[in-house]
Amino acid sequence: MIRQLPTEVNWTLAGIFAVLVLSSVLLYCWRRLKPQADLAEMTARLRTWWVIAVLFSLAVAGSQAFAVAFFAFVSFLAFKEYLSLIPTRRADRRVLFWAYLAIPIQYYWIYSQWYGMFIIFIPVYMFLLLPTRAVLIGNTDGYIRAMGTVHWGLMTAVFSLSHAAYLLNLQPVESGRISPSWPSEHAIEEPGPGLLIMLVLLTQLNDVAQFAWGKSFGRTRVAPDVSPGKTVAGLVGGVATTVVLAMLIGPALTLMDWQRSLFAGLIIGLGGFAGDLSISALKRDLGVKDSGSILPGHGGILDRVDSLTYTAPMFFHFVHYFYF
Amino acid sequence: MNHVLRYLFFVFVVYPMTLILIGLNVRRRELLPQAGPALIVANHNSHLDALTLISLFGLKRLRYVRPVAAADFFLRNRLLGWFSTRVIGIIPLDRAPKGTRSDPLAGIVAALERSEILILFPEGTRGEPEQLAEFKTGVAHVAKRSPETSVTPIYMHGLGKSLPRGEALFVPFFCDIFVGEALHWTGNRGEFMDLLNQRMESLAAEGTFPDWN
Repeated sequence: MIRQLPTEVNWTLAGIFAVLVLSSVLLYCWRRLKPQADLAEMTARLRTWWVIAVLFSLAVAGSQAFAVAFFAFVSFLAFKEYLSLIPTRRADRRVLFWAYLAIPIQYYWIYSQWYGMFIIFIPVYMFLLLPTRAVLIGNTDGYIRAMGTVHWGLMTAVFSLSHAAYLLNLQPVESGRISPSWPSEHAIEEPGPGLLIMLVLLTQLNDVAQFAWGKSFGRTRVAPDVSPGKTVAGLVGGVATTVVLAMLIGPALTLMDWQRSLFAGLIIGLGGFAGDLSISALKRDLGVKDSGSILPGHGGILDRVDSLTYTAPMFFHFVHYFYF
Repeated sequence: MNHVLRYLFFVFVVYPMTLILIGLNVRRRELLPQAGPALIVANHNSHLDALTLISLFGLKRLRYVRPVAAADFFLRNRLLGWFSTRVIGIIPLDRAPKGTRSDPLAGIVAALERSEILILFPEGTRGEPEQLAEFKTGVAHVAKRSPETSVTPIYMHGLGKSLPRGEALFVPFFCDIFVGEALHWTGNRGEFMDLLNQRMESLAAEGTFPDWN
C-alpha cells in the first residue's frame, strides 16, 4: 500500500529535490568554469545527499512496512558502526548478538503501533536483559564499562532514532491537550509524514545554520575541548534561524500552530546542538575523525544522524504531549 | 566447479552477508588485479575471510577467483568436500605432504597457468583472531614457480570479531580491508618474504582498531 500524501507534504518534497537539482547545476557550472578546482569532496557529498533524499522520500511515500524497515536498517548501520568503533570484550559476543536482536523487535513494536512497549522495551527490558546475559558468561573484568557502552549505543542508535519512525504512524486522539490546526483536509488522515519531514528537514537545516553562523561570527567557543568549531554566536544564530524556519514551516506542514512550532524549533535547535556535540565527544574519545566511511563525503552513519539522535525523541515527545 | 550453483550461492547468500550484514570498508579497491594469473595474499582470522575476499571481485570475475584451502580440514567428509570444491571452488592444499613424489603445489601452479586469481593465507591457519602471525614460505615457492604472477597483499580486520575460530554464532561488525601494491618474485626467497611481510605490516599499521580481548 502506498501512502496518499497530503499536498503540502508533496510540495515540501518537491522543494527538497528542487534544491538538490539547483545544487547539482551550480556544481556542474562551477566545474566547467574552473576545471582546476578540486570538487571531488563536494561532488561526493552532493551525490550522497541525492541517495539519502531519494531513500527518505521513498520511506515517507511508501508503505508503512517499508518505512519501518528503512529506519530499522539505519539503526542497524549506526549501531554496527558504533560497536565496530568502541572497545568491546571478546567474551561479550553473545551479549552483542542479543543487543542486535533488539533492533527488529523495537521496530516491530512500531510497526504494530504498540506505544507502551515501544517506549519501555529498550530502557527497561534490554537494560535488564543484557547485563543478565553478560553475568551468565561470567567475565567481570571491565563489566561496568562494557554494559554502559552497549546500553548507550542501543539508546542512541536504536531507541532514539526509532522515534522518527514512530512519528510517521501517529494518529491523533480526540482527547489531546490542544486541538490540531490542520494544514489541509488530507492531513487529518496522514499527520505523520508532515511531522517527520519537519523534524528531519529542520534538524539538517539547523546543522547548516549553526555552521554558517559560527563561520561568519563569533569567537567565544562553547565547548573548546569537544568541538573547537562551535561558537556562542553559531549556537544563538543557529537556534534563532531554526526557530524562525519552524514558525514558517510548522503551521504550513503539520498540525501544530505557530506557538507550538516555535517551541518545536527551539527544541530542535538546542537538541541538534547537543546531539552533534555528543557524537563529537565520542569520536574524540576514540581518536577518530569520522565514525565511518559508508556515506562518501559525509563520513559514517553516526556522523549524519548525530543531531537526530537528540532531536527525534525530543521532538516526538513534545508533539506527543500536546496532540496524541 | 558447478558455476550455476556458485553464482546462486554468491548472489543470494554471500553478497547479502558481506555487503549488508557485515559491510566492507575497502581502501584502494583499484589495486585489486583485473585479471590472472594473480595471487591475493591475506591475513587469516575467520571462515568468512575467503568468501569476503572473493566477493571483492564482483560477479564478472567470480569464475576466475578461487581460494586455496587446507585439504585436511575442508575435505574431511564428503558433503563438506563437495561444497568446498564445487560451490566455493577451493583448490585443496595438503598442509603436511608425506613423501616426495607428489607435488603439493601442482594444483596452485596449474590454476595460475589457467590465468586464475588465487587467494592464499600464508599464516596457514586462522589462529588467534585479529593477530597477525608470521607468514609461511609456501607463497615464495609459488611465486618462484610462476614468476609472471602478481602478488597482492591484503590486510583485513573485523571478521575475526564477527566469526572467530571455534564460534558458530555470527555477530555483525564492519570489516576493514586494506589493499596493498602488488609485488613479483624477486629472485630470492628471503628477500621476497621480507618484502611481503613488510608490506603486510605497513598495511596493518594503517588502521587504528579498538581493543578486543
